[in-house]
Amino acid sequence: MRFMMLVIPKGYESAKAGTLPDPAMVEKMMKYNESLQKAGVLLALDGLHPPSMGARVSFSGGKPRITDGPFAEAKEVLGGYWMIQVKSKAEALEWASRAPMSDNEIIEVRQVQEFGDFPPETQKHVEGFQEMKNAPKK
Amino acid sequence: MAAPDISRAIDAVWRIESAALIAGLTRIVRDVAVAEDLAQDALVAALEGWPASGIPENPGAWLMAAAKHRAIDHLRRTKLLHRKHEELGVRLQAAAPNPEEPEEGEIGDNMLRLIFMTCHPLLAAETRVALTLRLLGGLTTDEIARAFLVPEPTVAQRIVRAKKTLTEAQVPFEVPRGADLNARLSSVLEVIYLIFNEGYSATAGDDWVRPALCEDALRLGRVLAELAPGEAEAHGLVALMEIQASRLAARVGPGGEPILLLDQNRARWDHLLIRRGLASLERAERLGGRDSYVLQASIAACHARARTAAETDWPRIVSLYGELAERLPSPIVELNRAVAVSMASGPAAGLELVDRLVDDPSLRGYHLLPSVRADFLKKLGRLGEARAEFERAASLTRNSRERDLLLSRAASCAG
Repeated sequence: MRFMMLVIPKGYESAKAGTLPDPAMVEKMMKYNESLQKAGVLLALDGLHPPSMGARVSFSGGKPRITDGPFAEAKEVLGGYWMIQVKSKAEALEWASRAPMSDNEIIEVRQVQEFGDFPPETQKHVEGFQEMKNAPKK
Repeated sequence: MAAPDISRAIDAVWRIESAALIAGLTRIVRDVAVAEDLAQDALVAALEGWPASGIPENPGAWLMAAAKHRAIDHLRRTKLLHRKHEELGVRLQAAAPNPEEPEEGEIGDNMLRLIFMTCHPLLAAETRVALTLRLLGGLTTDEIARAFLVPEPTVAQRIVRAKKTLTEAQVPFEVPRGADLNARLSSVLEVIYLIFNEGYSATAGDDWVRPALCEDALRLGRVLAELAPGEAEAHGLVALMEIQASRLAARVGPGGEPILLLDQNRARWDHLLIRRGLASLERAERLGGRDSYVLQASIAACHARARTAAETDWPRIVSLYGELAERLPSPIVELNRAVAVSMASGPAAGLELVDRLVDDPSLRGYHLLPSVRADFLKKLGRLGEARAEFERAASLTRNSRERDLLLSRAASCAG
């Protein structure tokens, strides 16, 4: 089973452009990432630049509207994620519990939808999407 | 935490910590059976205490301390004067009762020693598999039995006997060195790949694939690659498994029938796993690896990089099989090489190679030989001969879905 551990750092919603994690934090993170790697459960991980460097696309009657960050109404935003491969949600939660998070941070654990989770009729549609998603980058 | 939640949480902690715990205890008591018993005692202590106290901050250290306390207690209570137990008691007390977390390097070293032990060539292959899955994979005896469709008591017995064999032979708890290392490492890689293959193309049961076993093997392989990062073949094996696992969703048709590589819908390939596999392969190549798992992974990578079957770099695959044949000469490698040659240079060239294999005694009864030969003959327009070979292949396979496929190919040869 695959799970994402989504990091929600309080305050990141208003972080200035170019904000990067502090070195002491980075070191703790690297140790934790290593522990996931050594346990053979790490599949992927990334950090995300703050919303002030991002944008949102909303839709109204099918028409898109772009709004630059930061987003005043956003109370929680993502800071980064890990994707892990484990046998159960309980195992994912145990790993999340070991992450070096401060009191300001929450980790949301979400199971990744895998191809086999979809019923056959949907699988046909999902296939086409997979093809686009997986096209090798030149 | 609600009762079912805490027990699932403890299960999860066990899955994460048990291998290192058993490895650490084996280091102290030098007996893998005793180590496992002590570890189980620690688990019992956790099941008793944690529902009330919650999961401790450092569960690994807690379990280790609990294991040692129980062992020393037991020895005191039973007042065993048997020399072996005296020694045991001394060793347990010498290893501090409330240890700080052991050094990272030490945990890794113990784990490596344990893997070499559970994969010791003294043990039969299926025994090594069972013992490794149990002590390192954290699988229960029941899970192992179900994975291999063997009765649980059989697996339990195998494990008990395995531990006895290792103790009686006084197999040292160490990482092999020098000339020994290569052979012993091969044994470890073989066990892991055996587990993977049972999940990738199951030999028993109704399912063609058993993804959970592939995941177990992948996890073990990744752990090994981190424990022995200088071993190119370990990275090669991981690369091979990641790339093969990437095809699991595409390997099985809607009716549960196997779908061959060249016929698979590549949109169903998992490109996250392919990227990981290619990264592992690169690690192996940087270490100068050129042995059998690295070569097999390189071949798998050729397929993984081809967006469509038509874009496959067959000449490169042919050359890789040539190298593999030198490292690992075997009729099966030759057969695979013949297929690659036919794709690169036409069926006549492939047929020439396969014809050299028809009298090989080790391939007698191997259905893929006539099946491959039939394919070449068909492409050359020799339909009558092709049909006969497809039918022969159909008669040799034990898999009913495969037989149906071969018979239909035979029928399509009717000229």
